[in-house]
Amino acid sequence: MTPHDPAAGLTREWLPEPDAGADAAPRVYPVRTEEDLLEARHAVRAATLAAGFGLVDQTRVVTAASELVRNAYIHGGGGTLTIERLRRSGFRGVRLTVSDQGPGIPDVEAALTDGYSTGPGLGHGLGGARRLMHDFEIRTSPGGGTTVSATRWTQG
Amino acid sequence: MNGQKPASVPILRLGDVLVTGLLDELDDKSAMAFLDELTERIAADAATGVLIDISRLEIIDSFVARTLSELTTTARLLGARVIVAGMRPPVAITLVELGLRLDGVETALNAEQGMAALGWFRTTVSGEGPHRDDAP
Repeated sequence: MTPHDPAAGLTREWLPEPDAGADAAPRVYPVRTEEDLLEARHAVRAATLAAGFGLVDQTRVVTAASELVRNAYIHGGGGTLTIERLRRSGFRGVRLTVSDQGPGIPDVEAALTDGYSTGPGLGHGLGGARRLMHDFEIRTSPGGGTTVSATRWTQG
Repeated sequence: MNGQKPASVPILRLGDVLVTGLLDELDDKSAMAFLDELTERIAADAATGVLIDISRLEIIDSFVARTLSELTTTARLLGARVIVAGMRPPVAITLVELGLRLDGVETALNAEQGMAALGWFRTTVSGEGPHRDDAP
């Protein structure tokens, strides 16, 4: 999928950026209204810029973020987006963590399949977001909400 | 915001073609309202072509893709041909990776080529135009 996939084995070992300023600390954004969806996109764009991502990588991450926060807004009844900037031996990363307290995803494998949709999308949202990111993890339980964590890396 | 209608994108009519565009800052509801308005204008103006400039869109996610597909289908049922023009290259790359092909949606590299496909051509002024100072 990606020519250089630094994802393998890196997710458990990430370190916060050493030059941790206000921009590098994790930031949490609400996902409650349609305006929040736009704000979330702006914040993700800014984080990818700060991490030195190229234009195509910026677009990939912002698009994935848009899918994930819209899922939380529509299916999860709203939630939060946490943006982290990561650094790991020659790579910089941006991790998105989207959490909601909705009904959960009953069949994660089905939800990751293209064409599966219970909402106003094309059914490519979750699976598409996974393809746009390097690391992708879903934690969900019936009635216990859903948390999706997704990271994309770039060299630098 | 505050219940006010957000600034809407103009829909211009050039002959039987409607010309408009999408802004990156449109939220979902505004985008749907705009496309409803566009559909009504297709019928009211008996348009046979619609050019939608999307060069301002910094991303297209599955929601926007679905919206464009549905608009294209609706317009076709009303007898109008939709051309989506000006997609940014990073957006095209991301759409493909997302698994979206915008099937059925006609595209053009830019608005000028889109208008040409809809039958509008930039004519070379032959020297007889009223605005030419050097006309014989």
